Amino acid sequence: MKVLVPVKRVIDYNVKVRVKADGSGVDLANVKMSMNPFDEIAVEEAIRLKEAGKAEEVVAVSIGVKQAQETLRTALAMGADRAILVVAADDVHTDIEPLAVAKILAKVVEEEQPGLVLAGKQAIDNDMNATGQMLSALLGWSQATFASDVDIEGDSAKVTREVDGGLQTISVKMPTIVTVDLRLNEPRYASLPNIMKAKKKPLDEKTAADYGVDVTPRLEIVKTDEPEARQAGEIVPDVDTLVAKLKEKGVV
Amino acid sequence: MAVLLLAEVNNGELAMDATAKAVTAAKALGDVTVLAAGASAAAAGDAAAKIDGVAKVLVAEDASLGHRLAESTATLIVSLAGDYEHIVAPATTDAKNVMPRVAALLDAMVISDVSGVVDGSTFERPIYAGNAIQTVKSSDAKKVVTFRTSTFDAAGEGGAAPVESVPAAADPGLSSWVEDKVAASDRPELTSAGIVVSGGRGVGSEEDFKLIESLADKLGAAVGASRAAVDSGYAPNDWQVGQTGKVVAPDLYVAVGISGAIQHLAGMKDSKIIVAINKDEEAPIFQVADYGLVADLFTAVPELIEKL
Ligand SMILES: Cc1cc2nc3c(=O)[nH]c(=O)nc-3n(C[C@H](O)[C@H](O)[C@H](O)COP(=O)(O)OP(=O)(O)OC[C@H]3O[C@@H](n4cnc5c(N)ncnc54)[C@H](O)[C@@H]3O)c2cc1C
Ligand SMILES: Nc1ncnc2c1ncn2[C@@H]1O[C@H](COP(=O)(O)O)[C@@H](O)[C@H]1O
Repeated sequence: MKVLVPVKRVIDYNVKVRVKADGSGVDLANVKMSMNPFDEIAVEEAIRLKEAGKAEEVVAVSIGVKQAQETLRTALAMGADRAILVVAADDVHTDIEPLAVAKILAKVVEEEQPGLVLAGKQAIDNDMNATGQMLSALLGWSQATFASDVDIEGDSAKVTREVDGGLQTISVKMPTIVTVDLRLNEPRYASLPNIMKAKKKPLDEKTAADYGVDVTPRLEIVKTDEPEARQAGEIVPDVDTLVAKLKEKGVV
Repeated sequence: MAVLLLAEVNNGELAMDATAKAVTAAKALGDVTVLAAGASAAAAGDAAAKIDGVAKVLVAEDASLGHRLAESTATLIVSLAGDYEHIVAPATTDAKNVMPRVAALLDAMVISDVSGVVDGSTFERPIYAGNAIQTVKSSDAKKVVTFRTSTFDAAGEGGAAPVESVPAAADPGLSSWVEDKVAASDRPELTSAGIVVSGGRGVGSEEDFKLIESLADKLGAAVGASRAAVDSGYAPNDWQVGQTGKVVAPDLYVAVGISGAIQHLAGMKDSKIIVAINKDEEAPIFQVADYGLVADLFTAVPELIEKL
């Protein structure tokens, strides 16, 4: 079985986000970018499937600007076998919407014929939480979102999902699309020798046009605002004062 | 214009709070038809009919719709979509599972976690863990939207909308339910509670997390947790508050042993009053707290329980 892992290049989760003065979005020029944290978990899971003999090949794919090459090299350094970069934008501020990403991924799936797609549950930039579900719809495949445990048994997979009420386990028909949650695994760091080796692994470059997908956004960004800042409060000296303050406010 | 709203139905029961909040948001878009779907959904449909502002209720009952499996639920919604310009739901994990699938089947871009409705095609939503609020205008013929419930008040009850039943669509048979692990609790539900007490890594162990639960019980509060507390096994996953967990906005949020990472703040910074108890006076949580107490939680929390 081949495993396809879509990985997105996003602002590093430690970076303090700044809204651009003109309201067009968030400033991404000269900002540290990394692989979306959920996608690291997806890559890790794919590599573990390969190590367990359940997968033969792990292919990472990223859609966006040319710089997403770096993100793919990280996936290769972690242990993916090869990578596909689909260039769909020139400006680092252009975000390709999940619907367009899913359409491109559907074409890649057609070409690559993976038995499993492991995506992140959510990209931490647009916080959309949509691409895996959309890809699954376009392919007419089963889906298992927010996975904290994945167990592949022949032509089906048992997946435990983190849901509002707790945990739900479902069984899905293969091929399937799984989106991974935080507690599925702890991703490995790429070792220096593996980072060197990754430079020689194949990285194919394509464009959205090669797949005939129109990436024009459906959602026009009207504006981007800073959220309302909270007013700084006060430090209370002791528990008695805290209790008095809360009583005064009528919340306890 | 007509709106189809997917009600939150758990094991045949309507989740009133989430559904009624989504109704408030949806009313601004047009006449609201609520869809109650499930293996049993009639009682949920009757309950939804009472929400103020609901014009009609559709009930779809079929074994294939049990446990809200995404494939069958999405197929059902798409079969009904023709009559509606907006297809909406509260942004629960169930809806986040189903609605993007619906959107893709309708060739529309889903608009997730909407926190404000500007007009029929323009919506506000937080991005980057709430570090920015983006206003987007959809050019799709049908708008598929999930609403962040913490920012809308629940619609009242007192309506009496007509209830109709609709057939399930053909079951694609792609997935099946195996089991649920749901801990029963007498505490209020996290996303609708008036008070939330959350513990973080500072609590140190599952055993000591009982302290957080005792404080919550004293206050009649729900219990929340940071990701670190959940990852460490102190608290179950469904207690996680934050960018990738639940979003809450109670009257009072008490953060104990939580540093205040941006991903945690994303899930609670709209709370009315925030209290932080942390032994590190530099902890970022104090920057959003109305009342901060710099103290060891193992002395402060027992004292707080005693004095409340
Ligand atoms: C993709 C992604 C998504 C994430 N999503 C979420 C999310 O949804 N929710 C979330 O919470 N996090 C999330 N995180 C994690 C987040 O970045 C932080 O790591 C996490 O919130 C830290 O949890 P914490 O505050 O409990 O732990 P820490 O940061 O370790 O803080 C522990 C605090 O406890 C205090 N403390 C220790 N002992 C005591 C004591 N005895 N008395 C009083 N205080 C004490 C310390 O001073 C410290 O401030 C996410 C991270 C990533 C990368
Ligand atoms: N531009 C992209 N390139 C590759 N993968 C992506 C891209 N956008 C989204 N994904 C995948 O879809 C997941 C969910 O993203 P989203 O739906 O945008 O929240 C991510 O974790 C990735 O696995």
